[in-house]
Amino acid sequence: MLDTLVLSRIQFAANISFHILFPAITMALAWILFFFKLRYDRTDNPVWMRAYRFWVKVFALTFALGVVSGITMSFQFGTNWPGFMENVGNIAGPLLGYEVLTAFFLEATFLGIMLFGIDRVPSWLHTVSALVVAIGTSLSAFWILALNSWMQTPAGFEIRDGVIHATSWLEVIFNPSFPYRYTHMMLASGLTAAFFVAGLSAYRILKGDEKLAPRLALKTGLVIAAILAPVQAYVGDLHGLNTLKHQPQKVAAMEAIWETQRGAPLLLFAIPDEKERTNHAEIAVPHLASLILTHEVDGEIRGLDEFEGNHPPVAPLFFGFRIMVGMGILMLLTAWTGCYLLIKREELPRWMLRVLVGMTFSGWAAVLAGWYVTEIGRQPWLVTGILRTADAVTPLAPTNVGFSLALYLTVYVILMYAYIHTLKVMALKAVKVEEFETESPSSEGTTSGLPGSAEEGAA
Amino acid sequence: MNAEILNESLTYAQWLPIIFIGLMGLAVLIYAILDGYDLGVGILLPMQSRDEAQRDTMIASIGPFWDANETWLVLAVGILLIAFPEAHSMILMHLYIPAALMLIGLIMRGVAFDFRAKAAVDLKLTWDRTFKAGSLLTTLTQGYMLGQYVMGFDSHWNALLFSCLSALGVTAAYSYVGAAWLVMKTEGELQRRAVRWARRAGRATFLGVVAVSMVNPLVNPGVFDRWFTYPLVMFVLLIPTVCFAIFVFNDRLLKRMPKENDRHCRVPFFLTVAIFMLCFSGLAFSFFPEIVPGKLDIWEAASATESLTFILVGAVIVVPLIIAYTALAYRVFLGKATALKYH
Repeated sequence: MLDTLVLSRIQFAANISFHILFPAITMALAWILFFFKLRYDRTDNPVWMRAYRFWVKVFALTFALGVVSGITMSFQFGTNWPGFMENVGNIAGPLLGYEVLTAFFLEATFLGIMLFGIDRVPSWLHTVSALVVAIGTSLSAFWILALNSWMQTPAGFEIRDGVIHATSWLEVIFNPSFPYRYTHMMLASGLTAAFFVAGLSAYRILKGDEKLAPRLALKTGLVIAAILAPVQAYVGDLHGLNTLKHQPQKVAAMEAIWETQRGAPLLLFAIPDEKERTNHAEIAVPHLASLILTHEVDGEIRGLDEFEGNHPPVAPLFFGFRIMVGMGILMLLTAWTGCYLLIKREELPRWMLRVLVGMTFSGWAAVLAGWYVTEIGRQPWLVTGILRTADAVTPLAPTNVGFSLALYLTVYVILMYAYIHTLKVMALKAVKVEEFETESPSSEGTTSGLPGSAEEGAA
Repeated sequence: MNAEILNESLTYAQWLPIIFIGLMGLAVLIYAILDGYDLGVGILLPMQSRDEAQRDTMIASIGPFWDANETWLVLAVGILLIAFPEAHSMILMHLYIPAALMLIGLIMRGVAFDFRAKAAVDLKLTWDRTFKAGSLLTTLTQGYMLGQYVMGFDSHWNALLFSCLSALGVTAAYSYVGAAWLVMKTEGELQRRAVRWARRAGRATFLGVVAVSMVNPLVNPGVFDRWFTYPLVMFVLLIPTVCFAIFVFNDRLLKRMPKENDRHCRVPFFLTVAIFMLCFSGLAFSFFPEIVPGKLDIWEAASATESLTFILVGAVIVVPLIIAYTALAYRVFLGKATALKYH
């Protein structure tokens, strides 16, 4: 029988993993939509508007899934991790509060105007609404990543009577790992959304869509990906160096370095063995880990032996990190190849379109793998050096947590199926529907999705 | 318990919890009214196949608002978490299962709203059913939790019975405000239907309010003392009296609706809102300054002063802005919902 701690951890991991998939798309897709709308305002080219119309519907759907899966999060802290709020509530509370106050209402309210108000407000106000929604999603990420980074690298606090009190809110928010984590996550969202847009557009073209809008969206996605992928590699490296400085045990686990050594090799593959505290089946490049992490061929890297009993599990970090980096390399190659082919000829060859369809959700794999590395990498701590995960868990009975966990998992499986299925239906519908010319961004179709009125967003 | 604090002159640190319980109360009240009407619309959704056009109009009437409405719940729970973390843990651990069920309900309706418009046509009815079931699950669990809260998380059969009664009462109240919203936002056949729904839901709500008002002081001696102490009794009994008068007046008014040129079509909604406000102030009056009835008051549960100050600064700046742009959104979508188009 699993105990409450394990069940609560599984439940939290399930909830947050399911949740992050949707903001990972919408954070950047909001900016892409603003870009589409702005281009339409500037050029009067209706293709931009048609691209906007299709993607705003995808955005609304994805956003709704993000909202509902996010609401469960706001209950989790109190129900399953009361020790978290008891110990660090004075820090976590205000940061979460600012997220709700400055971001949630902003995005929710202006999303209403953005989705349904296009013929009720002047065009400029509609464009502003799209901008405000984009700002709202980025602000939301700002606060939640400030809190997450603080849990990784706490700063700006003191302990009075066993409870954390803030001494400097600026230091709390801009704690050492925050700037790197925020940039890294925003870029990750950009890549996720770029491949999502390119992949779904490629799917439409493969299914015989002759229209211009999916080609424009495909190009936009590919160009964004081609620009962001190398930037992400650079920022990721900075983030890794920052982690090495503040959480060396995490990097040691990521690289499966069991003993402190000079000139550490980079392991391309290995099977870490936690019991024997060694690796099997290593494929290594000599000195490369030292070179990457310390920028010296013989640089010293602290091994897991220095943190015995106080470091995260090695295998999930080792593999998670390799999956993330692998996906990143794959994305870089795909984006650059795609852009090269686009420059060479007007239309992408079918094999490339198929590759892009295959990469539609590549961002999700990289984002999840990356988050698993950083979150499992914080263990056994919930807040590094301050609060252990095991000390924060609820005294609830395992059956209660088991019940809610089973409930959530069932719902999530159904929702994920429905989401992917609906995206497919929307894409196929967009292929069939005739393209139309519009003078102004007038609306067509009701919320009903009735056959007669469903011809909206045709391009 | 240190409710005596109220009789002394308060320091800044003692004022803060009062300000935050006020903010939280405001968030709960706004949530109950705003998400109340869109939950109510979900409950009232007629499921016959000939009703499809009406379902579309009903859902279109709440389309631009439901997301922001739900955010008030996040804010209310957020303030509870931020300002009164101990109470947050205590309340939500007692209500773990109903809260989880409520979240499932909120998830069902939130996604159904988008899926119904975008999924394959043959699945639309399924998503409409999901929407209705999710709305019902949400209101029933919220009412049940309110009942449990009032009963101090007692798990004896009579307390559970009361909680079930409260579940029905809250569901009726949400249907009431939802129907009144539809009277305001729709026309023609659907509006006539909404008028009938509003009358029926109004009467059910009335019974629910009477039942809760009678049981609450009987099981909570502190509440009884507070309400029936001279001379305050003369003043506070105004709340139920006015509430009763509004119920009767609204029922008479709805009987004569819809009127020519759709006169007074907004009045029932605002009367219902007034009833919500009165019931809420009655409940607040019963328990303030306790945050977990009989167990914890707001000063015992409050967070550190510097944290509350930090968040208060933000709240003072941001809450008026939120109210302002919420008002803007309602202005943009003023009028009948049939004209509401998607994108």
